[in-house]
Amino acid sequence: MPVQYRSILEEHKAVRKAAGLFDVSHMGEVDVTGPGAEAFLNYLVTNDVTKLFPGRVLYSPMCYPTGGVVDDLLVYRRGPTDYFLCINAGNIAKDLAWIREHAAKFEVTITDRSDDYALLAVQGPKAAEIVQSLTGAKLGLLKYYHFVEGTVAGIHCLISRTGYTGEDGFELYHAAADAPGLAEALLKAGAPFGLELAGLGARDSLRLEAGYALYGHEITQEISPLAAGLGWTVKLQKGADFIGRDALLVEKQNGAPQQVVFFKTGDRRIVRAETNVLDDSGAVVGRVVSGTLSPLLNEAIGSALVSSTAITSPLSVDIRGARVHLHLVKPPFVALKKS
Amino acid sequence: MSNVPADLRYAKSHEWVKPAQDGTAQIGITDYAQNSLGDITYVQLPKVGATLKAGETFGVVESVKAASDLYAPVSGTVVAVNSALDSAPETLNTSPYANGWMLTVKLTHAAEVQSLLDAGAYEKQLT
Repeated sequence: MPVQYRSILEEHKAVRKAAGLFDVSHMGEVDVTGPGAEAFLNYLVTNDVTKLFPGRVLYSPMCYPTGGVVDDLLVYRRGPTDYFLCINAGNIAKDLAWIREHAAKFEVTITDRSDDYALLAVQGPKAAEIVQSLTGAKLGLLKYYHFVEGTVAGIHCLISRTGYTGEDGFELYHAAADAPGLAEALLKAGAPFGLELAGLGARDSLRLEAGYALYGHEITQEISPLAAGLGWTVKLQKGADFIGRDALLVEKQNGAPQQVVFFKTGDRRIVRAETNVLDDSGAVVGRVVSGTLSPLLNEAIGSALVSSTAITSPLSVDIRGARVHLHLVKPPFVALKKS
Repeated sequence: MSNVPADLRYAKSHEWVKPAQDGTAQIGITDYAQNSLGDITYVQLPKVGATLKAGETFGVVESVKAASDLYAPVSGTVVAVNSALDSAPETLNTSPYANGWMLTVKLTHAAEVQSLLDAGAYEKQLT
């Protein structure tokens, strides 16, 4: 997947206004099957896997015993003992080693399917019309974070109503060999609706505008889901132990020492990752973890990891000698219309 | 394939110079530069009256991908600045050689222009 096909800003706007096609085949896929699959996954991740039923998707971090994050992933339940995970491309080897290490105590089979699957995402307000024109599956009945198996343009797909842009949309998992045919069919069907190819650059600015975490930025081995503002995915009371629970319980009781905050600046200069965050005395109280220009707001937006004690003081950054103030906001930065 | 107009002079750092008869010259960045940067989101330029020294930085151009220094291709005193770029920096992407001009300078040494690359030599550098 290239950073851009035409223009990051134009691809971004196309997704917000019409639709974008993303080739995210680099993502990893893992089958988790067997009678112990539910219990194992509930131990592996922080969210409550027992809430899933066949056809339902769950977002969850997967943590170290310290509460730091191994990766964030999607859990798909296909059948009573049949689950499927979608993990970040850069973490495939690390995740598989981690998953296999902990699976030993459970009656489960772990299979890396990353090379078997390709993944195309159609995202944007026109996504449903475009995909519906190529499938008999009743997409009107498919709610957000649900999936169904069916054919799209005659190609067998797991049709998942999920995405990473803050828009309505679908992620289509299919056999790797079918990817060119599916991509061509989608582009052809989508052209009248304004569907455009979108790259990694737009994917990043869209997810940041929506306020979604990206592994390695808002969540890392050092930044827990609680510090990242993902407390809703940490089910301390789910009635089962899970990796990282003890540490996360303590962090919840004491408060995280650092927190991820989102900001905008009212200025077009992009505040790049790793820029120091300063308090009103000029002391360093944190660092920027993501930064871009919001193509819709036309100003710099980003996220920063900041000392919890400093969050109420006026925060700023230095950009090439100029002091730029950070205005903290609760994302999303723009109004979104997910289904 | 980048557009390299034949009537301009070029610096290795991808700025162009268009000398006029009156001892001034217009300065901007090349089509290759704008294309490499991608969507340009911000431009920081000196004010009228500032002096440029050939080879030294005179501003910054930022894209979604990165921030890059601008290097003065020639020495001179700034006599005009394209202030339209403040609110429409994307003009550098759409019109790098015309509406995307950055500065007009009064040349300190008119001969400096001759030491810059001509279109053929600059184009060769890009391949």
